Order: sequence, then C-alpha cells, then structure tokens
Amino acid sequence: MNKSLLPLEVHDLTVSYNRKPVLYGIDLEIEEGGLIGIIGPNGAGKSTLIKTIMGIVPANGGWVKIFGGKGKKSYRRVGYVPQRESVDWDFPVSVLDVVLMGRYGHTGWLKRISKKDRNIAHECLEKVNMSLFADRQIGKLSGGQQQRVFLARALAQESDLYLMDEPFAGVDAVTESAIIELLRELKQKGKTLLVVHHDLSNAKEYFDQIILLNMRLIAYGDASKTFTKDLLQKTYGGRLTVFTEIADQSAKDDHINHEHKIG
Amino acid sequence: MDAAQVNSEVNLISKTFRFFSFSDYSVQVVVLGVIFMGVGCGLMGGFVVTRKLSLFGDTLSHAVLPGVAVGFLWSQSKNSISIIVGAMIAGFLGVFLISLLKKTTRIGLDSALGLVLSGFYAVGICLLTRIQKMEFGNQSGIDRYLFGQITGISASDVWAMGISCILIALITMIFYKELLVTGFDHGFAHSIGLPVDFLQYLLWMLLAFAVITSLQVIGVILVSALLIIPAATASIITQKMRNLLVWSALLGMVAGVIGSYISFLGSRLPTGPIIVLTSTLIFILTLFFHSQNGLLFKWLRLRGKERKIALENTLKAVYQELEGNKFSEDSVRLGNLAKRRRVSMPEMYQEAIHLVKKELAFLIPVKNQNLPSENTLTLSPAGWSEACRIVRNHRLWELYLTNEVQYAADHVHEDAEKIEHVLGDETVRKIERILSNPRRDPHGKLIPSRQDIEQGFIEKMVAKNLS
Repeated sequence: MNKSLLPLEVHDLTVSYNRKPVLYGIDLEIEEGGLIGIIGPNGAGKSTLIKTIMGIVPANGGWVKIFGGKGKKSYRRVGYVPQRESVDWDFPVSVLDVVLMGRYGHTGWLKRISKKDRNIAHECLEKVNMSLFADRQIGKLSGGQQQRVFLARALAQESDLYLMDEPFAGVDAVTESAIIELLRELKQKGKTLLVVHHDLSNAKEYFDQIILLNMRLIAYGDASKTFTKDLLQKTYGGRLTVFTEIADQSAKDDHINHEHKIG
Repeated sequence: MDAAQVNSEVNLISKTFRFFSFSDYSVQVVVLGVIFMGVGCGLMGGFVVTRKLSLFGDTLSHAVLPGVAVGFLWSQSKNSISIIVGAMIAGFLGVFLISLLKKTTRIGLDSALGLVLSGFYAVGICLLTRIQKMEFGNQSGIDRYLFGQITGISASDVWAMGISCILIALITMIFYKELLVTGFDHGFAHSIGLPVDFLQYLLWMLLAFAVITSLQVIGVILVSALLIIPAATASIITQKMRNLLVWSALLGMVAGVIGSYISFLGSRLPTGPIIVLTSTLIFILTLFFHSQNGLLFKWLRLRGKERKIALENTLKAVYQELEGNKFSEDSVRLGNLAKRRRVSMPEMYQEAIHLVKKELAFLIPVKNQNLPSENTLTLSPAGWSEACRIVRNHRLWELYLTNEVQYAADHVHEDAEKIEHVLGDETVRKIERILSNPRRDPHGKLIPSRQDIEQGFIEKMVAKNLS
C-alpha cells in the first residue's frame, strides 16, 4: 500500500499541558484494518494522544496525517468516541439527537438532517440494541447505555478510522461483550480501530495489536509480541523516572522548550 | 373618598383597555419592545442555561455599563446607536479580559467572571454619577439603564430590539444543529471539523445584542434574570432543546407583556423589577404545579405510594393476626393490629377507615365507645385476596433470597418488607417458576398460593394443610 495513505501516521508528536510534558516524540504508523489497543498507566497520555490526533489538544511539535491528509478536512474521516465523563449528560438532547450528531459531518452547514440520515441513525441504534430508548433524554440512561449511544453515534459517522477513548469504562459485562463484538465486526469490514483501554486482564484477548504508552511510545506491534512481562514492566514500572524528571525540567525551561519547537 | 375610588377604578379599566386594544402609539411601542426583548433574551437564555453559563450572562450585562456611559458622553444625548456601539465595545473588552485571565493566570473562571463583573460595573456607576451631575445629564434619563423604565422608549429603540431579536432567531435557527453539538459535546464538535471557536464567539455576540438592546427596559442589574428565569422554567417543562428554546422565548415574552402592563397601570412602578417578578412567579408556579415534573405532583405521587404501602401493611397485619389464631376466627381486634403495626390507636383507626372506604374490610364497632381497641375488623373477599398477595410476595421473596441468593434466614425479612410492595405479577411468576411453586417460607410458614388468592378463601386450604 502507498505509505502516504496509511489510516494514521504520527511523527515526533510532543504535547504538554501547563508546561508539563504529557507525550514526547511519539512515532506511529498504523496500517489499515486492525483492532488496536492503547495501553498504559494513569496519566500516561493515552487520552491526550487521541485528542491530539483529533486536533482537540494542540501539539507542541510533530505532525499527524490521517489517510495522508492534515487538519480539519481529514478529521471527517475519523469516528471519535470521547470519554463518557467529558460531556454534560443533563443537556436537553434525546438519544436519537446524539446519534444524529454523527451525521453532521456528512450533511454539512446550513443543511437539514435528511430522511436518509435519520434512517442511518435508527439503524445504528438498532446495532447497539438501543432502539427502544431513541426518545429518552440521555441523562436518564445507565452508564453502559450511554456508552452504547456514543458508539452508535460513531457508527453513524461511517468512518474508516475510529478513535475510542475508554469505551469500556464503567460499563456492565453485557455491554462490554456487546461492544467488543461490534468492534470486531467493524474490523472485519476493513476499518481501523484505536481503542484506549485500561484493563490489562483482557487486553491480549481483545486486541490484535497493542500500543504500550507511557509518555513515550514503549512498544507497538502484535499483541503476542508486545504484551510481554518485560515490556509491561517497562510501561508500568518505574524505569522511566530519570527520563521523566529531565523532560519535566526541560519543559519548564523556556529556552529548551523553545528550541524544541523550532527543531 | 368614594368618588376617588370610582375614579381610580375607571382609570384602571380605561388603562387596561388602552393597553390591550393596542391602538395607542405609545402602547404599541411598549408592547412590541417587550415582545422583541422577551423572545430575544428567552432564546439566548436557552443557550446560556443549558451551557451552564448563567454567570457569564450576568457578567456581560454588567460589563457593558461603562460602554453605555461613554456612548452617551460621545453623542451628548440618548442616541441609541452610539450607546449600542459603546456597549458592544465594553462587552467585548470584558469577554476578552475574562479569556485573558483564564489563559494567563491560575484564577478560575468563576473568579475571573466576578472580577470583570464588579470592576466594569464600578467604572460604569462612577461615569453615570458624573453624567447626572452635568447640565445636560440630569434630564437625560440615563439612570434608566440601571433599573429599566419602559415608558418613553423611542421608536428607534424598538427598531434596535426588533433587529436584534430577528437576528438572534434567524442565526440560532440556521446554526441550530451546530450549536446543539458544540453545547453538548465540545470535543466531538471539534472532531467533525466544526469551527468551535467561531460558533462560540457568534453566540457571545448574539448574547451581547440581546443584553444591550434590553438594557433600557429592564436595567443592567436585572437583564440576566430575563436570560436565566424563562430558560430555567422551560427546562422544567421539557427536555428537548428545540422545545426548550420555544418555551423559553414564549415565557420571556409573556413575562414581558404582563410585567409591562402592570408597570403601565401604576406609573411609579419600575418596569424591570416588575417583569422579573412576573417571570419569577411563572417559574414558581411551574416548579410546583407542572403536571409531570412539578413538586406538588411529585409529592402527591409519593404520598399516594406511602398510603398504599400503609394499607398493604395493615392487610398483612390482619393476615398475620388471623394466622396467629390458626384461622379459627375471621375478625381481628384493632388493639392487636395497632400493636403489631406499632402505631397508635387513633392512627390504627384511621387506617381501618381507609380499608373500609376501599371496600377491603368491614369494621364492626363495639357498643362501648370508650374502648376503641375492641372494635373488630373483618376482611372482604377483595381484602382477603390483597392480604394473601402481599403475604405471598413477602414470603416468596424471603425464600428466593435464602435459596437462590444465599442470604442467611435472619437477614431476609427487612428486605422483603420493602420488596413486597413493588413486586409485579410477572416477577412473582418468575420466582414461582425458579422455586417450583413452594408452599413454605424459610421460617416454615405457609405461603398462601395463587389459587387461594383467586378463590378469596383460605379456610378450606388451611384446614387441609394444618390438620
């Protein structure tokens, strides 16, 4: 395949919040059609990586290419599932309203939602088994149901690349298995899925490939090769403390930070 | 005295006629003005309240005051264009300062809002006081910007309100779905390539229009009430954004018309506070009397449930009393029931009356009225089946907890006391299947069966089982 058309290419991506580095020099080349888990301890920058790819968090350095393109136009080819806590569940929208938001990228400005969009939204609700709740206000759902609605919205986007931030967080066992079933189905259809995941116990079973992340990219590859005791220890253990300290210091130092941006 | 009273009544009627016949030019100006204001502020309020930006609206309205004063000084008259321009500039300066404070310091948003609000307002008050001491200032009516006064607004003011209102309605309609998604899920809106920042500034600009054009009528201090109260009322009524906006605009308009009418009747009443009071009254009425979400109906539903539970507990107590006597008698004394239910005699009597009213029991009074506890209660067939149903629910649930959920036998009673009242028929059937139609509860007591309930009699079965 032409390298420039990879679903996702990340080069030397560096991100910091309030002068504290969160991600440092991340390189990734994701090939088409895979279910990929992003794994790392709390504060490792998993969510930040996804948000930076989507342009929600600005990067300090490096670049991101989505199917060879950069910027706003390329975002439209990505289905995004944010963390459940990131939205206001009291907001006066119904389940169907939320799923229809997945169609906004297709309908464009000033145009109304068409009948076809509505049908697609209903189909997507059907796929996550939430049709009965279409008219319900989203705050009146359980955590698992809310996550299903988010997933239905992503399905409605009909994207080729999906970025999902902790879709399994706080959901019941039935929802979890329904979600993983759905993700596998998408993969069968040749979609590429990047999923932030926090549960090590089932990571190897869920994902074909795994990205181990802790501020740096520790490893990326087939689950059987990356999900090893050594690499996990490197991700979760304290071996990186010296690196973290130095990076902290350099980020606080305006001069070095500045140099890095130019470089 | 009498003549004066008659005179004032005639006056009231003629004023009411003048207001609602809409023929008077000054009334036309007033009513059109408040309608535009109510709709514009109501719509913007819908966005402000659902985005949890109420304090932001308040800050913006206070921040425009110095701009009003400077605009007035510039034209040396109550020229609405220069005042609007001045207010816009001051408003945007305020918004800019808030985001600057947020970006460059560790001050939280609430403190930044408070800082800008009070700082700008203080400057505005100082300028207004100066203006009123100038020769052209004291008759200018510039103080109306503080508390609002509807009478004497000019046609050009109403034009400004109308344009602002139509602009707000048009733009929020055109960008409805974009504003919906940015309000609900900022990150997602960004991820589908929407210009999130542009939409936010657009919303702030419209908010500034709504606030500034309303100032003369409602005043700087209370304009945020017109943003918040109708939208808050609407959020009790509906949970759909589109309906919320419509309701909010409608309620803002109604409060404006009623408020300005009252203010029109008594010439000394300030319009702003009266409109806000009307709006607040509508809010309170909705809060209490809305048929689904109102507090009164919630309370009534809760009370209804409590009474049903009390009734079911009394029926259960009757059953248990009869069971204690091995069903040898068919009536129970109220004194014994009160002891079992742990309630006072008068309370017990009330509950017995309640049962009789529902035709679930008959009360047989004793001749000696000094001994109310000797009154006896007999269940009707309907009462029997209800009592059996509750006891059955209780004992089935106890058995289910011990056999299937592995609760200890002495842990199940408390739970069953609550669950017995909410078990539906379907769940009961399910439990029966799981436990394969049991006859005895964990404490060895008989579980009255479905047939017993349907027949309404238990004696035969009791005789058979206990013999």
